[in-house]
Amino acid sequence: MDSALLVDRLHFAFTVTFHYLFPQLTMGLAPLIVVLKSLAIWKKDENYNAAARFWAKIFGINFVLGVVTGIPMEFQFGTNWSHFSRLAGGVIGQTLAMEGMFAFFLESAFLGLFLYGEKRLCQRAHWATAVAVFLGSWLSGYFIIATDAWMQHPVGYMRAADGSFQLTSFWQLVLNPWAGWQYAHNMSGAVVTGSFVMASIGAFYLLSRKHVEHGRMFVRVGVIAACIACIFQLFPTGDQQGRMVANHQPVTLAGMEALFQGQPGAPLVIIGQPNVQERRIDNPIILPKMLSFLTYRRWNANVQGLDQFPQEVWPENIPLLYYSYHIMVGLGTIFIAVMVISVLLLWRRKLYDSRAMLWVLLLSLPFPYIANTAGWMTAEIGRQPWLIYGLMMTREGYSPRVSAGNGLFTLLGFMGMYTVLGILFLFLVRREIEQGPVWLAEKVEPLRRVAAAD
Amino acid sequence: METLWFVIVALMLATYVVLDGFDIGAGIIYLIVGRTPAERKAVLHTIGPVWDGNEVWLLAAGGTLYFAFPLLYASSFSGFYLPLMMVLWLLMLRAIGIELRNHVPSLVWQGFFDVVFSLASALLAIFFGAALGNVIRGVPLAADGYFFEPLWTNWRVGAQNGILDWYTVLTGIVALVALTTHGALYVIRKTEPPISTRARRVTLVIWPVLLVVTLLSLAATMYARPQLLDNYHAYPLGLLVPFVVAAALGMILHGALAQKERLAFAGSTLYLAAMLVGAAFALYPNVLPASTDAAYSLTIYNTAAAHYGLTIGIIWWILGMILALGYFFFVYRMFRGKVKLEAEGEGY
Ligand code: HDD
Ligand code: HEM
Ligand code: HEM
Repeated sequence: MDSALLVDRLHFAFTVTFHYLFPQLTMGLAPLIVVLKSLAIWKKDENYNAAARFWAKIFGINFVLGVVTGIPMEFQFGTNWSHFSRLAGGVIGQTLAMEGMFAFFLESAFLGLFLYGEKRLCQRAHWATAVAVFLGSWLSGYFIIATDAWMQHPVGYMRAADGSFQLTSFWQLVLNPWAGWQYAHNMSGAVVTGSFVMASIGAFYLLSRKHVEHGRMFVRVGVIAACIACIFQLFPTGDQQGRMVANHQPVTLAGMEALFQGQPGAPLVIIGQPNVQERRIDNPIILPKMLSFLTYRRWNANVQGLDQFPQEVWPENIPLLYYSYHIMVGLGTIFIAVMVISVLLLWRRKLYDSRAMLWVLLLSLPFPYIANTAGWMTAEIGRQPWLIYGLMMTREGYSPRVSAGNGLFTLLGFMGMYTVLGILFLFLVRREIEQGPVWLAEKVEPLRRVAAAD
Repeated sequence: METLWFVIVALMLATYVVLDGFDIGAGIIYLIVGRTPAERKAVLHTIGPVWDGNEVWLLAAGGTLYFAFPLLYASSFSGFYLPLMMVLWLLMLRAIGIELRNHVPSLVWQGFFDVVFSLASALLAIFFGAALGNVIRGVPLAADGYFFEPLWTNWRVGAQNGILDWYTVLTGIVALVALTTHGALYVIRKTEPPISTRARRVTLVIWPVLLVVTLLSLAATMYARPQLLDNYHAYPLGLLVPFVVAAALGMILHGALAQKERLAFAGSTLYLAAMLVGAAFALYPNVLPASTDAAYSLTIYNTAAAHYGLTIGIIWWILGMILALGYFFFVYRMFRGKVKLEAEGEGY
């Protein structure tokens, strides 16, 4: 650990991976809370309001963690990646600054009203604050994705005499075609997390026979949302992301699939361990010609392999890239199966009594987090050795004056701090789950409840 | 165009200091003015719904700085590496202090986070002041536009600067005292006796200190960086600033003595704004002066992004600002008025 570059990379990777654990739930829960609030108003059922309030509490705790781990991200571009910032700031600074101006202001202003203002606002205004928080968090996601998309697929820029990147087209930057599909895929990934968490906690209530009424509601809303999001995750969004990678970063695709030899009618490897020394996959289980079909919609299309690229531009860590990608896709497939079965059971009115399925839902909680993290690892490791794809190497971007010792000091500091934050988060969320939504409902004066509604 | 963005970034930072300043200040005096659990809760309620939005001004100002002056952002953030990371940790501690405290109704838990919150607030004020001090005093920039400062070297203002020397420690103390005053005046406005009475006492004790450190810092600045007076010679209009500062100090004292809460709070707002405007005015067009060789100083011209980007930026910046001001107006209206003490022992 004596190279500043290595420390800076680990620094960024560690802090951003930890950060993203929280925004994915924020962005995933926000639309679900809007759904609950809407149902409360539409059906005039106080139960939905209690549910919305319960999720708002979890959302609030999660949001705090997202904010405190997000602020270091913004700083790190300057502190650890100063040369990158100096050269690319004229372009990616645009989207990052817009994130602050358009998304964070919106989100933070209305979150206060949403969490503390229910007694001061009427129901419809309170609903509107929930919508504002939802929009704010989804906008924030867009700007950060657009930033990342520019690093994956730079557009709308020119290089000035001093080597810096300068914006030439605002709309190309904001409407980067890469960003569109990446955003759709990423946001539905967040909804997968949000809805799995909701269904999982619902299943927990049903299995432990507590808060049964709300348990059913959570399972119902969670499973339906998860089913839609999971399918959307594979098709069209995942599929389109894959084609974009094939078109613009063919060497990354070869790395993701560990396709050492390019060939027509390339097979899809389901399981197997890449062996970079020998240039092959050990113990492969394959579907013949599938990769060609998935990428180009033709069974015999030629897919470029790693052998067709100079080794300097190969992704640096092919095994990790391959595993990340396969973990994401494998989990994605399992998610679809689980959620389709759950929805069928729900439709047949058997889900609430099927203990086996409820157990599956309960235990599924960590997996969307793993899939989302694996997806980002695929994107980011696949981009290596480039920092800005095809234009600037990662090793050219870090801060020249920040020594490895100073970097390691703060990396260790963040590790310690984040461990404490993680423990606090789990502790507090567990408390909220224990107390449950009913406990909250008793604390506020009940809304007018239409007697006939229940 | 560069000048316009300089003004915008300076104004955003000033807004941040004025807004987050009062909740940091409230945090500093939190343990002094709130004695019982109910009182403490009331103090927290005065800033609870707004502190996060206030802090976003820092992020928005940072983002704006990033895109308008990329080299300045890159150079200063990597050069101030260690103190910035500590600021980050303090911001985190403060945020979890205030936000997580009320989730568990236990005296041990709350007592712990009370101290975390208050200490982090006080240290933040000092760090921000010291940061401003560094920018005014100048940093050891090299020809490539980068520098790195250790936390301290020999505590002297010279070529081998550390982040901390006697000058920046002084500016740190000025910030601590100024934000304490600002926070106390905010708490007076937003609470009822006995909290507001205690906050008023804090103000009256701290006011003379504020006066003394303000004068000291002015003298020290002229010693540490005499070039700062150049702009004042060139544009005598700038000499208004010291008068405004003096007037603001007067407003604070008069307001606190005569129990005119609004006047006093306006005074401390004016004080902070005038101090920052004075500093920005003196620096312009430098943004990060070099203590090594004046030729290496970073100015708005050699750090700015290209014109196309800056022009486009104006359009969305104005749009975003209108929206943001709209939200702030709305939120502060919703939470206007005083926070009432709740019945003793009322949990969450
Ligand atoms: C719940 C999470 C989740 C699930 C189940 C999936 N993905 Fe995904 N995927 C993501 C979460 C994610 C992500 C975290 O959102 C990524 C990382 C970067 C990005 O924009 O989205 C991503 C990126 C990503 C990429 C781009 C990699 C790159 O940029 O180099 C591809 C090709 C796919 N995904 C394809 C799929 C396919 C075919 C799936 C089959 C079901 C799939 N993903 C399921
Ligand atoms: C939350 C999602 C993200 C995760 C989990 C993630 C993960 C990672 C990982 C694992 C690395 C290290 C790669 C390596 O060194 O081999 C990395 C690097 C990096 N990522 Fe991301 N990333 C995410 C989002 C982003 C976004 C949105 C941006 C830009 C706005 C970004 C910019 C960078 C930069 C600048 C580096 C450092 C240079 C490098 O090592 O490539 N990342 N990220
Ligand atoms: C996929 C990658 C990322 C996404 C989708 C994302 C999204 C979000 C969202 C929705 C929030 C709102 C707060 C929350 O709910 O947790 C947030 C917080 C934040 N994020 Fe990220 N983020 C990502 C990575 C990054 C990166 C790379 C940066 C660095 C520029 C960053 C900077 C921030 C900041 C500064 C905050 C605090 C905002 C506040 O005070 O409200 N994020 N992020």
